[in-house]
Amino acid sequence: MIRHLHPAAWWLWALALAATAGLTTNPVLLAAIIGVLVAVVLARRDGSPWGRAFRLYAVLGAVIVVTRLVLHVLVGLKFGTITILPLPSFHLPSWAAGIELLGTVRLEGALGAALEGVRLGTMILAIGAANALASPKRLLKVFPAALHEIGAALVVAVTVAPHLAESVVRVRRARLLRGDDAKRLKAFRALAMPVLQDTLDRSLALAAAMDGRGYGRRKASPRGRVTPALTLLGLLGACVGIYGVLDTTTPRLLGLPVLVAGLVACVGGLWSAGRSVPRTNYRREPWSGPEWLTVASGFVALAATFIVLQHDPASLGMPLLPLRAPEAPVVALLGVAVAAAPAVLTPVPPLASTRPVAREAAS
Amino acid sequence: MISLRQLTIRYADAVAPTLRDVTLEIDEGELVVVVGRTGSGKSTLLGALNGHVPHFTGGTVHGSVVVAGRDTATHRPRDLADIVGVVGQDPLAGFVTDTVEEELAYGMEQLALPPATMRKRVEETLDLLGIADLRAAPLRDLSGGQQQRVAIGAVLTTHPRLLVLDEPTSALDPTGAEEVLATITRLVHDLGVTVVIAEHRLERVLQYADHVLDVVDGQVRSGSPAEIMRTSRIAPPVVELGRWAGWSPLPVSIRDARRAAAPLRTALSHTSASKVYVTSSTVDPAGGDLNPASRGYGQGPAAPGLTAHRVRVDYGRVRAVADVSVAFAAGRITALMGRNGSGKSSLLWALQGSGPRTGGTVRLPDGSDPRDLKPAERRRRVVLVPQNASDLLYLESVAAECHCADADSGHATGHTAALLETFAPGIPPERHPRDLSAGQQLALVLAVQLSAAPDVLLLDEPTRGLDYPAKAALTTTLRALAAQGHPVVVSTHDVEFVADCADEVVVLAEGELIAQGPSAEVVAASPAFAPQLAKVLAPHPILTLAQLQQALPQGDSR
Repeated sequence: MIRHLHPAAWWLWALALAATAGLTTNPVLLAAIIGVLVAVVLARRDGSPWGRAFRLYAVLGAVIVVTRLVLHVLVGLKFGTITILPLPSFHLPSWAAGIELLGTVRLEGALGAALEGVRLGTMILAIGAANALASPKRLLKVFPAALHEIGAALVVAVTVAPHLAESVVRVRRARLLRGDDAKRLKAFRALAMPVLQDTLDRSLALAAAMDGRGYGRRKASPRGRVTPALTLLGLLGACVGIYGVLDTTTPRLLGLPVLVAGLVACVGGLWSAGRSVPRTNYRREPWSGPEWLTVASGFVALAATFIVLQHDPASLGMPLLPLRAPEAPVVALLGVAVAAAPAVLTPVPPLASTRPVAREAAS
Repeated sequence: MISLRQLTIRYADAVAPTLRDVTLEIDEGELVVVVGRTGSGKSTLLGALNGHVPHFTGGTVHGSVVVAGRDTATHRPRDLADIVGVVGQDPLAGFVTDTVEEELAYGMEQLALPPATMRKRVEETLDLLGIADLRAAPLRDLSGGQQQRVAIGAVLTTHPRLLVLDEPTSALDPTGAEEVLATITRLVHDLGVTVVIAEHRLERVLQYADHVLDVVDGQVRSGSPAEIMRTSRIAPPVVELGRWAGWSPLPVSIRDARRAAAPLRTALSHTSASKVYVTSSTVDPAGGDLNPASRGYGQGPAAPGLTAHRVRVDYGRVRAVADVSVAFAAGRITALMGRNGSGKSSLLWALQGSGPRTGGTVRLPDGSDPRDLKPAERRRRVVLVPQNASDLLYLESVAAECHCADADSGHATGHTAALLETFAPGIPPERHPRDLSAGQQLALVLAVQLSAAPDVLLLDEPTRGLDYPAKAALTTTLRALAAQGHPVVVSTHDVEFVADCADEVVVLAEGELIAQGPSAEVVAASPAFAPQLAKVLAPHPILTLAQLQQALPQGDSR
C-alpha cells in the first residue's frame, strides 16, 4: 500500500526518540538511536524538498558536537589523567568571573564534552527526521482552526524560509556582477537589504494569496457569547489553578482541580471558536494501524530507556573516571531497535516526482 | 456582475488619488482587458475587485465596489473567495501547498466543500487544464507555463464567477503564454466566467477582448477594443499598422488585419521585387544612419566582440547548456530566445564569467577569458543585467546608487547620474530605488552597470514588466550602445521586441543552439516566434511598421 503516514505519528515517534536521547550519554545507545533515525528516514522519506533537507540537520548536529568541543577546549573543566593536547592556561582576573582559559586538554573531559554534544546533536537529528518524514505543511493542516491568524503566520514562515536561502544565493551572485566582492559590513548590507525586501514582499504576497483564497473565513457564529465566555473562564481558571498548585498554603481544592477545569474550558473555547471557521480536508489523513504502531515503537524505546534509568542509571552514562568501555544496556538497546520498525512496517510514501529537478534557481 | 460607483482610492502617503471617480459596469461572461502604463493604477483597479484594496493594502476608498451583489466595503477578500479568483504575476509567490493536487484543493478546503465534491472538481480541473499527469508533482519543479496554469486551476476549483488576472503571461515564453491565454478564453466561452485581465503585451490578448478599460492617470475609459485602441497610448503593432494605414474599423486581430491588408500586400509585391529588405535596427529613430552597409550588415562578418566555443554548463546531472559555440559581433544586437528553462540565463551567466561553466572557452577580443578576471575587472569588460535587476540595488536613494557606481568605476561624481538621465529622464534622485517602476529600475541598473564603460553588454529578460513606451526607450538605448561598437546580447521572450531591436537571433532548446541568423529570417520562419506584422504581411519579410514605412514611403496603398 502506498500512502503518507499521518504527520502527527511521525512527530510523536521522533519526539519520543529525542526524549530517549536526552536520557543518555552512552555512546552505544546514542549510536543506535542515530542509526534508527537515519534508517527510517532513508526508507520512508518522499522526494519533497523537506525530505532532502535531512542532510542539513545532520550537518547542524555535527556543528553542535564541534562547537561543544571547542567550548570545552576554551573554557571547559579539563578533568582526567590522559593528556591529549598540552596547552598553556590563562587565568582571567576575578572581575571576569575568574574563568580559566585553555589549559591542557585531557581525554576524559574531552570525551565527556563530546558525548554531551552528540546527545544534543541526536535530539536535533530527531527533529530533522520528523521534518523529513512529515512535511511541516501537512502538520499545519491539523492546526486548530480557531488560531488561524497564527496558522497563517506559520504557513508563511514555513513557505518563505526556503526562499530566503534561495534569494541569498541569487543576490550574492548579482553582487559579483556589480564587481563587488567586498567583505565585511558593506557586503552584509548589500546582501541583507535586497534579501529582506524580497522575503518581505514574498511573505506579503503569500499572505494576500491565502486571504484571497478564503483562508480564515468565518460564518456568522450563533454561539457569539459562548466562545469568549469559555475562553475567559478557562484562562482565569488556569491562572488560579497554577497559583493553587505552586502556593502550598492555599486549599488543595483550589489547585489541581481548578487548573484542570480551566484547561478544559480553554480547549472548549478553542473548539467552539474553531467551529465558526469551517474547513474541510481534501485528503483526510487517516489514523490507523501503522500510525499506532509508529507511535508505539517510539514510546517503547523511551519506556525501555526509562526503565533502565530507574534500575541501573550508571549504564546510561559513559564511565569516565576511571575511563572504561561503555556498557551495553540491553533492555534500552532492544527498545531503540523496536523504534526502527516503522522503516519496514509503515506504508511507502508516494514518490513526489520522477522527473529531474531542472530549475536553475535550485542550483 | 461588477459595478463600480464613483470609486476613488487614495493610498495613505500618496499626494494624489491612484484612482479617480471611476464608474463602470462589467456584465457576466465578459472578457475585459485592462490596459495602461506602469503605475497608472491598473493593479489598484484589479485589487479593488476582490477587496484586496483596501483591506490588505490600506488606503482610503470613496464610492463603492459591488461584485455579484457583495460590497467590498463590508466583505474582506476571504469573504469573496467563493466568487472572485485572483491570479498574480508570479504564480510561485502565491502557492500555499507543495504539490499540484493539494494546491488545487486548497481553496475548496477553506470554503469547507465536502470531500467528495473536492475530489470530483480536482479531477475535472486537472483535465480542463491538461495537467493530469502532473498531479503529484512538486510545484517548484514545474515550468513557468505549467505553474501559471496550476495557479489558474487552483482558483477555478472553487467555481468563481469572476477571474482577475494581473499580467499572467509576463514571465512566460510565447508558447507558454499561448497555452495560458487559450485556457482563459476557453473558460470564458465554455463556463461563462467573467474575466478581467491586465496585460502589457496586448498583441496576445486584445483579439479575445469584449471590452477594454484604458487606465490613464487614475481615470478609466471603457469601450470596445477598436474604439479604445483608436486613441490609446498603449497599442499593439497590429493596431499601429491599422492607424497608419487609416483602416476603419480598426483591426485588433491578425485575421482582421490580414483581410484589410490585401491591397498593402499587392503594393508591396509591386515595389519589392528588386528591393532588399533590411533589418529594423538599421532604421535609426533619430533619423541618421539608414544605410545597412555602414552598420556592417551584408558586408561580411563584423569584428567579433565575444566568442564562445563549446560552452557547457551542468547542474548536477542536468545539462543546462550543451556545447554552444557562438560569436557575438561588435556593434550588433543579438536576441537569445527559447522556451522557459532552455538555458538562456545559464548561457549568459557563463558568458559573463560569474556563473558556473563546466566546459568550453569564452574569449574577449584581446583573447582573455572573463572568468579568469577579478569581479571588479570583469565588470569593466563584460556586464550582465540579471533577470531580477533590483537585486543589484541596495542603497536608500537613486543618488546614492549613482554615487556608489561612480566610486566603483573610478569616474567623477555625476557620470552615472548623467547616463541615467539619457536612459530615463526625470527620475527624482532622492527616490528610493524600490519605489521606481520596473522600467525605471532597469534604467538605473543599466546606468550603474554601464558606468564602467564595458566592452560587452548582456541583458537577461529586460523586457519583463515593461510597457510599450518603456520597451521603445530600451530599444533606443540598446541601439545607441550597439552603434558605439559594443556587442549587445539580450535574452527575451518578446518577439515584437526582437523584431524591433535585434539584428541577429540565436534560439536555444534544451541547452542546444538550434537556430542562428538575421532576425528577419529566424523570427519569420516559425509562427510561434513571428511578430504580428510578419503574420499580416506574409509572405513579405517585414517585421515592423518602420520597415513597412521604409518599403512604402509614399503610403501608396492607403
